[in-house]
Amino acid sequence: MEFKPLTCEDKPKVRFLVVDDSVFARKNLCKMVQAFGGEIAGEAGDGIAAIAEYASTHPDIVLMDITMPKMEGIEAVEHIVRDHPEARIVMVSSVGYQDNILSALQKGARHFVQKPVKPEALYEIIRYVLNDEVAPAPTTAGGEIQS
Amino acid sequence: MKMELMQPFINSLDAVIAETMGCSAQIADVTMEDGNYKRTGIAALVGISGEIEGRVILDMEMAAAEQATADLAGAAGTLTEETARETVCELTNMVIGNAVTLLNNFGFKFRVHPPEIYVLDGGLQGAADTEAVVLRFETPKGAIYLNIAVHYKQRRSGERPGVKVLCP
Repeated sequence: MEFKPLTCEDKPKVRFLVVDDSVFARKNLCKMVQAFGGEIAGEAGDGIAAIAEYASTHPDIVLMDITMPKMEGIEAVEHIVRDHPEARIVMVSSVGYQDNILSALQKGARHFVQKPVKPEALYEIIRYVLNDEVAPAPTTAGGEIQS
Repeated sequence: MKMELMQPFINSLDAVIAETMGCSAQIADVTMEDGNYKRTGIAALVGISGEIEGRVILDMEMAAAEQATADLAGAAGTLTEETARETVCELTNMVIGNAVTLLNNFGFKFRVHPPEIYVLDGGLQGAADTEAVVLRFETPKGAIYLNIAVHYKQRRSGERPGVKVLCP
Protein backbone atom coordinates (compact mmCIF):
# COMPACT_ATOMS: atom_id res chain seq x y z
CA MET A 1 0.00 0.00 0.00
CA GLU A 2 1.31 3.45 -0.94
CA PHE A 3 1.04 6.35 1.51
CA LYS A 4 1.13 10.05 0.73
CA PRO A 5 4.14 11.38 2.71
CA LEU A 6 3.14 12.79 6.08
CA THR A 7 3.74 16.48 6.63
CA CYS A 8 4.16 18.61 9.73
CA GLU A 9 4.27 22.39 9.54
CA ASP A 10 7.04 23.37 7.09
CA LYS A 11 9.36 20.46 7.80
CA PRO A 12 10.45 18.33 4.84
CA LYS A 13 10.03 15.12 6.85
CA VAL A 14 8.14 14.18 10.02
CA ARG A 15 10.60 12.97 12.65
CA PHE A 16 9.71 10.00 14.86
CA LEU A 17 10.97 8.58 18.13
CA VAL A 18 10.14 4.85 18.33
CA VAL A 19 10.00 3.35 21.83
CA ASP A 20 9.58 -0.39 22.36
CA ASP A 21 11.56 -2.97 24.33
CA SER A 22 11.26 -5.40 21.41
CA VAL A 23 13.91 -4.82 18.76
CA PHE A 24 11.66 -6.64 16.34
CA ALA A 25 8.70 -4.34 17.05
CA ARG A 26 10.92 -1.26 16.69
CA LYS A 27 12.18 -2.49 13.32
CA ASN A 28 8.64 -3.05 12.11
CA LEU A 29 7.48 0.38 13.29
CA CYS A 30 10.54 2.01 11.70
CA LYS A 31 9.70 0.32 8.41
CA MET A 32 6.16 1.70 8.61
CA VAL A 33 7.44 5.18 9.46
CA GLN A 34 9.67 5.10 6.39
CA ALA A 35 6.74 3.93 4.25
CA PHE A 36 4.83 7.00 5.54
CA GLY A 37 7.67 9.24 4.34
CA GLY A 38 8.88 9.89 7.90
CA GLU A 39 12.35 9.92 9.39
CA ILE A 40 13.60 8.09 12.50
CA ALA A 41 14.97 10.67 14.94
CA GLY A 42 15.72 8.06 17.58
CA GLU A 43 14.87 4.74 19.17
CA ALA A 44 14.58 3.65 22.80
CA GLY A 45 14.00 0.33 24.56
CA ASP A 46 12.49 1.56 27.82
CA GLY A 47 10.81 4.58 29.37
CA ILE A 48 13.94 6.06 30.93
CA ALA A 49 15.82 5.96 27.63
CA ALA A 50 12.76 7.45 25.90
CA ILE A 51 12.76 10.51 28.17
CA ALA A 52 16.44 11.16 27.45
CA GLU A 53 16.02 10.51 23.74
CA TYR A 54 13.06 12.87 23.52
CA ALA A 55 15.03 15.66 25.20
CA SER A 56 17.91 15.27 22.78
CA THR A 57 15.99 14.74 19.53
CA HIS A 58 12.70 16.69 19.95
CA PRO A 59 10.76 14.48 17.52
CA ASP A 60 7.44 15.46 15.95
CA ILE A 61 5.81 12.16 16.97
CA VAL A 62 6.59 9.52 19.58
CA LEU A 63 5.37 5.93 19.12
CA MET A 64 5.39 4.52 22.66
CA ASP A 65 4.93 0.95 23.89
CA ILE A 66 3.35 0.44 27.33
CA THR A 67 4.83 -2.72 28.87
CA MET A 68 8.58 -2.19 29.09
CA PRO A 69 11.34 -2.88 31.61
CA LYS A 70 12.84 -0.16 33.89
CA MET A 71 10.01 2.31 33.27
CA GLU A 72 6.70 1.63 31.56
CA GLY A 73 5.35 3.75 28.73
CA ILE A 74 2.60 5.52 30.66
CA GLU A 75 5.05 6.81 33.28
CA ALA A 76 7.39 7.94 30.50
CA VAL A 77 4.51 9.85 28.87
CA GLU A 78 3.89 11.68 32.14
CA HIS A 79 7.55 12.74 32.37
CA ILE A 80 7.83 13.79 28.74
CA VAL A 81 4.59 15.78 28.67
CA ARG A 82 5.43 17.50 31.96
CA ASP A 83 8.69 18.79 30.46
CA HIS A 84 7.42 19.17 26.87
CA PRO A 85 3.67 19.89 26.83
CA GLU A 86 3.74 20.09 23.04
CA ALA A 87 4.81 16.43 22.74
CA ARG A 88 2.66 14.32 20.44
CA ILE A 89 2.71 10.76 21.73
CA VAL A 90 0.81 7.80 20.28
CA MET A 91 0.71 4.66 22.42
CA VAL A 92 1.33 1.44 20.47
CA SER A 93 0.79 -1.64 22.59
CA SER A 94 -0.70 -5.11 22.57
CA VAL A 95 -2.15 -4.43 26.03
CA GLY A 96 -5.08 -2.13 25.39
CA TYR A 97 -7.50 -2.38 28.29
CA GLN A 98 -9.59 0.65 29.04
CA ASP A 99 -7.98 1.67 32.36
CA ASN A 100 -4.56 1.61 30.74
CA ILE A 101 -5.60 3.66 27.73
CA LEU A 102 -7.49 6.22 29.76
CA SER A 103 -4.52 6.54 32.08
CA ALA A 104 -2.20 7.15 29.10
CA LEU A 105 -4.58 9.74 27.63
CA GLN A 106 -4.91 11.48 31.01
CA LYS A 107 -1.13 11.67 31.26
CA GLY A 108 -0.99 13.40 27.88
CA ALA A 109 -0.81 10.73 25.18
CA ARG A 110 -2.76 11.76 22.08
CA HIS A 111 -3.97 8.36 20.91
CA PHE A 112 -3.68 4.60 21.18
CA VAL A 113 -3.10 1.87 18.57
CA GLN A 114 -3.32 -1.79 19.47
CA LYS A 115 -0.85 -4.38 18.16
CA PRO A 116 -0.80 -6.07 15.72
CA VAL A 117 -0.54 -2.68 14.02
CA LYS A 118 -2.30 -2.15 10.71
CA PRO A 119 -0.16 0.36 8.78
CA GLU A 120 -3.17 2.16 7.30
CA ALA A 121 -4.72 2.63 10.77
CA LEU A 122 -1.46 3.93 12.22
CA TYR A 123 -1.03 6.29 9.27
CA GLU A 124 -4.49 7.78 9.73
CA ILE A 125 -4.01 8.28 13.46
CA ILE A 126 -0.61 9.93 13.00
CA ARG A 127 -2.09 12.21 10.35
CA TYR A 128 -4.83 13.29 12.77
CA VAL A 129 -2.39 13.79 15.63
CA LEU A 130 0.02 15.83 13.50
CA ASN A 131 -2.81 18.13 12.51
CA ASP A 132 -4.08 18.36 16.10
CA GLU A 133 -7.43 17.06 14.93
CA VAL A 134 -9.76 14.82 16.87
CA ALA A 135 -9.03 11.28 15.75
CA PRO A 136 -11.55 8.44 15.86
CA ALA A 137 -11.86 6.80 19.29
CA PRO A 138 -9.23 4.17 20.01
CA THR A 139 -10.44 0.63 19.43
CA THR A 140 -8.96 -2.45 21.01
CA ALA A 141 -9.55 -6.18 21.23
CA GLY A 142 -12.21 -5.24 23.79
CA GLY A 143 -13.99 -2.71 21.56
CA GLU A 144 -14.16 1.07 21.44
CA ILE A 145 -12.86 3.02 24.43
CA GLN A 146 -15.48 5.00 26.33
CA SER A 147 -14.10 7.94 28.28
CA MET B 1 -8.53 -24.31 35.12
CA LYS B 2 -11.53 -22.17 34.31
CA MET B 3 -12.59 -22.06 30.66
CA GLU B 4 -13.48 -18.37 31.11
CA LEU B 5 -9.78 -17.69 31.70
CA MET B 6 -8.59 -19.75 28.73
CA GLN B 7 -11.00 -18.67 26.03
CA PRO B 8 -9.59 -15.14 25.55
CA PHE B 9 -6.12 -16.60 24.96
CA ILE B 10 -7.49 -19.01 22.33
CA ASN B 11 -9.44 -16.26 20.56
CA SER B 12 -6.48 -13.93 20.70
CA LEU B 13 -4.06 -16.46 19.20
CA ASP B 14 -6.47 -17.15 16.37
CA ALA B 15 -6.91 -13.43 15.63
CA VAL B 16 -3.21 -12.53 15.88
CA ILE B 17 -2.09 -15.43 13.67
CA ALA B 18 -4.72 -14.52 11.08
CA GLU B 19 -3.63 -10.88 11.12
CA THR B 20 0.13 -11.37 11.13
CA MET B 21 0.66 -14.65 9.26
CA GLY B 22 -2.43 -14.57 7.09
CA CYS B 23 -3.61 -18.07 7.98
CA SER B 24 -6.00 -19.82 10.32
CA ALA B 25 -5.06 -21.72 13.47
CA GLN B 26 -7.17 -24.76 14.36
CA ILE B 27 -7.01 -26.49 17.74
CA ALA B 28 -5.68 -30.00 17.04
CA ASP B 29 -5.07 -31.29 20.55
CA VAL B 30 -5.60 -30.34 24.18
CA THR B 31 -3.66 -31.89 27.06
CA MET B 32 -3.26 -31.21 30.78
CA GLU B 33 0.21 -30.95 32.27
CA ASP B 34 1.54 -30.37 35.75
CA GLY B 35 3.57 -27.38 34.63
CA ASN B 36 6.63 -29.42 33.71
CA TYR B 37 6.65 -28.17 30.12
CA LYS B 38 9.27 -29.07 27.55
CA ARG B 39 9.36 -26.77 24.55
CA THR B 40 9.22 -28.08 21.00
CA GLY B 41 10.70 -25.10 19.12
CA ILE B 42 11.17 -21.45 19.99
CA ALA B 43 9.14 -20.44 23.02
CA ALA B 44 8.48 -17.28 25.00
CA LEU B 45 6.97 -16.94 28.45
CA VAL B 46 4.87 -14.10 29.84
CA GLY B 47 4.15 -13.77 33.55
CA ILE B 48 0.84 -12.43 34.83
CA SER B 49 0.21 -10.95 38.27
CA GLY B 50 -2.80 -9.45 40.02
CA GLU B 51 -6.27 -10.86 40.55
CA ILE B 52 -5.33 -13.51 38.01
CA GLU B 53 -1.81 -14.87 38.19
CA GLY B 54 0.35 -17.42 36.47
CA ARG B 55 2.13 -17.63 33.16
CA VAL B 56 1.51 -18.38 29.51
CA ILE B 57 4.05 -19.92 27.12
CA LEU B 58 3.78 -19.62 23.35
CA ASP B 59 5.88 -22.27 21.65
CA MET B 60 6.31 -22.39 17.87
CA GLU B 61 7.79 -25.24 15.87
CA MET B 62 10.92 -24.05 14.12
CA ALA B 63 9.21 -24.13 10.71
CA ALA B 64 6.33 -22.01 12.00
CA ALA B 65 8.72 -19.57 13.72
CA GLU B 66 10.77 -19.19 10.55
CA GLN B 67 7.68 -18.62 8.45
CA ALA B 68 6.33 -16.10 10.97
CA THR B 69 9.62 -14.24 10.82
CA ALA B 70 9.44 -14.12 7.05
CA ASP B 71 5.80 -12.96 7.19
CA LEU B 72 6.30 -10.31 9.83
CA ALA B 73 9.74 -8.98 9.05
CA GLY B 74 10.13 -9.86 5.40
CA ALA B 75 13.35 -11.48 6.50
CA ALA B 76 13.19 -14.73 4.57
CA GLY B 77 16.65 -14.19 3.13
CA THR B 78 18.31 -13.14 6.38
CA LEU B 79 16.70 -15.50 8.84
CA THR B 80 18.70 -16.12 11.99
CA GLU B 81 17.76 -17.80 15.25
CA GLU B 82 17.93 -14.38 16.87
CA THR B 83 15.35 -12.86 14.53
CA ALA B 84 13.13 -15.94 14.95
CA ARG B 85 13.33 -15.51 18.74
CA GLU B 86 12.44 -11.84 18.46
CA THR B 87 9.49 -12.76 16.27
CA VAL B 88 8.19 -15.34 18.74
CA CYS B 89 8.59 -12.85 21.61
CA GLU B 90 6.63 -10.22 19.74
CA LEU B 91 3.90 -12.65 18.69
CA THR B 92 3.64 -13.80 22.31
CA ASN B 93 3.39 -10.19 23.41
CA MET B 94 0.53 -9.62 20.97
CA VAL B 95 -1.37 -12.81 21.81
CA ILE B 96 -1.14 -12.37 25.56
CA GLY B 97 -1.65 -8.60 25.37
CA ASN B 98 -4.86 -8.94 23.37
CA ALA B 99 -6.18 -11.65 25.72
CA VAL B 100 -5.31 -9.59 28.77
CA THR B 101 -7.14 -6.64 27.24
CA LEU B 102 -10.32 -8.70 27.01
CA LEU B 103 -9.99 -10.05 30.54
CA ASN B 104 -9.26 -6.63 32.00
CA ASN B 105 -12.22 -5.11 30.22
CA PHE B 106 -14.37 -7.81 31.82
CA GLY B 107 -13.30 -6.63 35.25
CA PHE B 108 -10.24 -8.72 36.12
CA LYS B 109 -7.43 -6.47 37.28
CA PHE B 110 -3.93 -7.71 36.63
CA ARG B 111 -0.85 -6.86 34.65
CA VAL B 112 1.51 -8.65 32.29
CA HIS B 113 5.29 -8.64 32.33
CA PRO B 114 7.51 -8.33 29.26
CA PRO B 115 7.99 -11.64 27.39
CA GLU B 116 11.11 -13.67 28.04
CA ILE B 117 12.55 -16.35 25.80
CA TYR B 118 11.87 -19.74 27.38
CA VAL B 119 15.10 -21.68 27.03
CA LEU B 120 14.70 -24.65 29.36
CA ASP B 121 15.19 -27.91 27.47
CA GLY B 122 14.53 -30.10 30.47
CA GLY B 123 11.15 -28.63 31.25
CA LEU B 124 9.76 -26.14 33.71
CA GLN B 125 9.39 -27.62 37.16
CA GLY B 126 5.76 -27.71 38.17
CA ALA B 127 4.23 -26.82 41.48
CA ALA B 128 0.85 -27.56 42.99
CA ASP B 129 -0.63 -24.41 41.52
CA THR B 130 0.90 -24.64 38.04
CA GLU B 131 -1.49 -27.08 36.43
CA ALA B 132 -1.37 -26.12 32.79
CA VAL B 133 -3.51 -26.66 29.74
CA VAL B 134 -1.49 -27.15 26.56
CA LEU B 135 -3.28 -26.46 23.29
CA ARG B 136 -1.74 -27.50 20.00
CA PHE B 137 -2.82 -25.35 17.08
CA GLU B 138 -2.25 -26.51 13.54
CA THR B 139 -1.57 -23.86 10.93
CA PRO B 140 -0.55 -24.33 7.29
CA LYS B 141 2.85 -22.97 8.37
CA GLY B 142 3.52 -25.34 11.27
CA ALA B 143 2.31 -26.12 14.77
CA ILE B 144 1.97 -23.59 17.59
CA TYR B 145 1.58 -24.59 21.24
CA LEU B 146 -0.08 -22.43 23.85
CA ASN B 147 0.65 -23.49 27.42
CA ILE B 148 -1.68 -21.70 29.82
CA ALA B 149 -1.20 -21.90 33.58
CA VAL B 150 -3.32 -19.12 35.09
CA HIS B 151 -5.64 -19.09 38.06
CA TYR B 152 -7.45 -16.71 40.34
CA LYS B 153 -5.21 -15.38 43.07
CA GLN B 154 -5.45 -17.81 46.00
CA ARG B 155 -6.94 -15.43 48.55
CA ARG B 156 -9.63 -14.36 46.10
CA SER B 157 -10.64 -17.84 45.00
CA GLY B 158 -14.27 -18.45 45.70
CA GLU B 159 -15.05 -14.76 45.59
CA ARG B 160 -15.61 -14.86 41.86
CA PRO B 161 -18.39 -17.11 40.71
CA GLY B 162 -17.41 -16.45 37.10
CA VAL B 163 -18.43 -14.08 34.40
CA LYS B 164 -21.52 -14.43 32.29
CA VAL B 165 -20.10 -13.90 28.83
CA LEU B 166 -16.44 -13.42 28.05
CA CYS B 167 -16.30 -13.76 24.33
CA PRO B 168 -18.91 -13.19 21.69
